[in-house]
Amino acid sequence: MEKESMFSKKAEEFLNVFRRGEEFSKEILKENERLRFRLAELEDALSRSGDEARSRLCEERVKQLEDELGSLREGISRVEEENKDFASKYVEVEEENNNLANLYVASYQLHSTLDFNEVLRIVLEIIINLIGAERFGIYLLDEKSNELMAVGSEGIAEEDLPRVRLGDGIIGKVARDGESYFSDDLSRREESLDRPIVCIPLKIKEHVIGVLSIYTLLTQKKAFSHMDFELFNLLAGHAATAIFSSRLYSQSERKLTTIQSFLDLLKEKPRR
Amino acid sequence: MPNILVVEDSPTMRQLISFAMRRVSNARVIEASDGVDALKKLSSQKVDLILADINMPVMDGLKLVSLVRGNPAMKDIPVIIITTEGAEEDKNRALSIGANAYLTKPIQTAELVKLVGTYVK
Repeated sequence: MEKESMFSKKAEEFLNVFRRGEEFSKEILKENERLRFRLAELEDALSRSGDEARSRLCEERVKQLEDELGSLREGISRVEEENKDFASKYVEVEEENNNLANLYVASYQLHSTLDFNEVLRIVLEIIINLIGAERFGIYLLDEKSNELMAVGSEGIAEEDLPRVRLGDGIIGKVARDGESYFSDDLSRREESLDRPIVCIPLKIKEHVIGVLSIYTLLTQKKAFSHMDFELFNLLAGHAATAIFSSRLYSQSERKLTTIQSFLDLLKEKPRR
Repeated sequence: MPNILVVEDSPTMRQLISFAMRRVSNARVIEASDGVDALKKLSSQKVDLILADINMPVMDGLKLVSLVRGNPAMKDIPVIIITTEGAEEDKNRALSIGANAYLTKPIQTAELVKLVGTYVK
């Protein structure tokens, strides 16, 4: 009996120990559960705070990139403006080059010969091909008679161009005053030979030696450009010099030939 | 370097066109003063483009175009007419004979250079 009682007491003690162990295990499990929950909460909070930081970083980066994009766009627009400016300047320079080439060729041709007829032909070529005149005449002033006489023409027979007294009509006034005349209506198909649409004095310095008188332009030529006025200026000066020099040269050549013939005649021995 | 034949009786225009071609198109320019002179040069040299006036002595530009188009060795050479004749019927006539393009004088160099650029590289 005593043994049974002792066994029972031991069993009771063991059960108590076991129950305490059970309670302890339950407490540990409960604590474990609480800690897990807390850990999950902390991880969640940590994750949320990481997303916010990344999001802030991304926003900052986006702003930075937008700023860069903005300044790049400004740069591109500035470069495009500069390109347009360069392109327009290039066109201007090209046009100026072409104009200078025209003037160079015209001037070169005018001074390429001392033959009077050749110079006149070159003046006619320039007026037809570079200015675009269809009917026109070139007059030279005879200082003895104070009359202008045609020495060259295009589209009109030279003999049909009337003599003009200095100071008479548009042609005579241009020769007297040395000032160019431009009609308001360049498309006028002028038939009257004393009413040109354009009249340019041919001058050596201030001395007028003749005039260029244009009656009609080619049908495709509707107006004068800046270049045409430059050509008129060139013709007024260079054509005048070339015509005057070649005429003097031709006259001196003729005189020289006459004098030479006379000398040759004198050198011949008299026949008996 | 393309070879461009400039057929023009006016020395001023010939020089002006040649000047523009050399400066802008970097071309080798061959000059002829009329149609007959042009045919001689075409038979002895390779030509990539012809720029021809209409009104010329000896042989005019239109006759030159028709002879070029009738010659198997030359028929494919492009021809640009440069003339004072501004009437539409003159242009149509030149194009019907076989000219590729028609420009009227006074020429705008930039326009000529642009047109030449479409036929020679």
